[in-house]
Amino acid sequence: MNNLIEVKNIKKNYGKKEAVKGISFNVEEDEILGLLGPNGSGKTTTIGMLLGLLKPTSGQIFINNLKLEENRIEILEMINFISPYIELPKKLTVKQNLYVYSKLYKVQNIKERIEYLSEKLRIEELLNSITGELSSGQKNRVSLAKALVNEPKVLLLDEPTASLDPEVGDFVRTFLEEYKKEKKISILLASHNMNEVTRLCKSVLMMKNGEIIDQGKPEDLIRKHGRTNLEEVFLKLSRSKSEFN
Amino acid sequence: MSLTRIYGLFLRHFYLITRSFPRILDLVYWPTIQITLWGFISNFFATHTTYYNNAVGVILTCAILYDFLFRTSIGFNMLFLEEIWSRNFTNLFIAPMRIGEILTSLVITALIRSLIGLVPAILLTSPLFGISILELGIFLFFLFLSLYIFGITLGILVSSGLLRFGPSFENIAWSTMFLLAPFGCIYYPIETLPEIFQKIAYVLPLVYIFEEARNILINQTVNIENVYYAFMWNAFYFSLSIALFYYSFNAAKNKGTLINMGE
Repeated sequence: MNNLIEVKNIKKNYGKKEAVKGISFNVEEDEILGLLGPNGSGKTTTIGMLLGLLKPTSGQIFINNLKLEENRIEILEMINFISPYIELPKKLTVKQNLYVYSKLYKVQNIKERIEYLSEKLRIEELLNSITGELSSGQKNRVSLAKALVNEPKVLLLDEPTASLDPEVGDFVRTFLEEYKKEKKISILLASHNMNEVTRLCKSVLMMKNGEIIDQGKPEDLIRKHGRTNLEEVFLKLSRSKSEFN
Repeated sequence: MSLTRIYGLFLRHFYLITRSFPRILDLVYWPTIQITLWGFISNFFATHTTYYNNAVGVILTCAILYDFLFRTSIGFNMLFLEEIWSRNFTNLFIAPMRIGEILTSLVITALIRSLIGLVPAILLTSPLFGISILELGIFLFFLFLSLYIFGITLGILVSSGLLRFGPSFENIAWSTMFLLAPFGCIYYPIETLPEIFQKIAYVLPLVYIFEEARNILINQTVNIENVYYAFMWNAFYFSLSIALFYYSFNAAKNKGTLINMGE
């Protein structure tokens, strides 16, 4: 299976502080990889480096076999990102936002693409609404539509269902599962919702203090650590200093 | 360079302007107020001083030119700040846009924003004060072009600071023009400045632009050297600002400013 994301020994230092300490991992085509870890473990820094927003101190990143450092624009054309911490321009309508981003990503059939995503994400009735006036759940689906406007091969998700009610959260998870299956895309999912990770991810990486401290399939990790669910594994790994540091 | 992407980013700001009447009003309101205010002041000076008595519209013309510079520079900064305030900054920088495309789009949008404010102000001067800035003739175009380039240059310099240092640089964005105004010799000849300030003023394009505007209106002659020096200094500062923007972008990628912007 083709690796759409290949991360080779990347490090990121901010002065003397080592935010990411030489991590390596791959994400295959048609795979969702979970990126777990307590706050400050280096997840956001890792995602930032994958998006080209941060320059690694050392190491290499390949997206679809292209080296990020040398092919930034080509790579950005095939990836996208969603996070509750970034938003679309609030004063524009949903349709205007999707149209603007379609232009930025040079989407060919903009009208059809917006119609397709609107139907899939159930935002048809929101297209003429002002983005800033939408509820969290509606904004989340609109952000997801923006993130899929360029038919990305690689999708980076940072807490994609944070602050959503259970119904919308479940809708988003189901959508992501189906979309990944249909388009065979790779997804890197950073989340604190362990049920979500268990449901969506084929395998997970556990990060702490800038390092990968464990990895594997959720069920294997649960078994390995003698716990009943992934949340307990997360708590054990986050708390036990001596064992993993 | 992709025209589609440049157009896309232009649309993002165009939609913002057209969706909000207060925003359009804001673009027109301040230049109009400025021009009306300076119109009355210049009328007063024209009748009470010998320096200006041959050219009623000198102060008013300079006020219009300065306002254009001010609007262009602030307009450019506003476009950048809008992305930070709306927390859209990361979305923009993960889109496959080259730095040149982002800058080109902002430069075009800033021009249109400035023109929206400038045109009504120019149209007002004739019926209200009986003078027309068009008296500057073909050189008016060169003076405006020079001011536009310098306004954009200041905008790019401030945006570089925002990229490098984050939103905390915002206050500098508002104060740049006020800092430079005394050295620009907008309303008075350069000889008015102390010698040390004159040396600073001579390495800015502003002094050549405003000296030339006064020269044309008061002496009815054209000193092509002023136009040449203005463009020469503009070329220098514009190149410097582009280089600094690229440097700041790379520095922001090292420091992590791009990912934390707006949070």
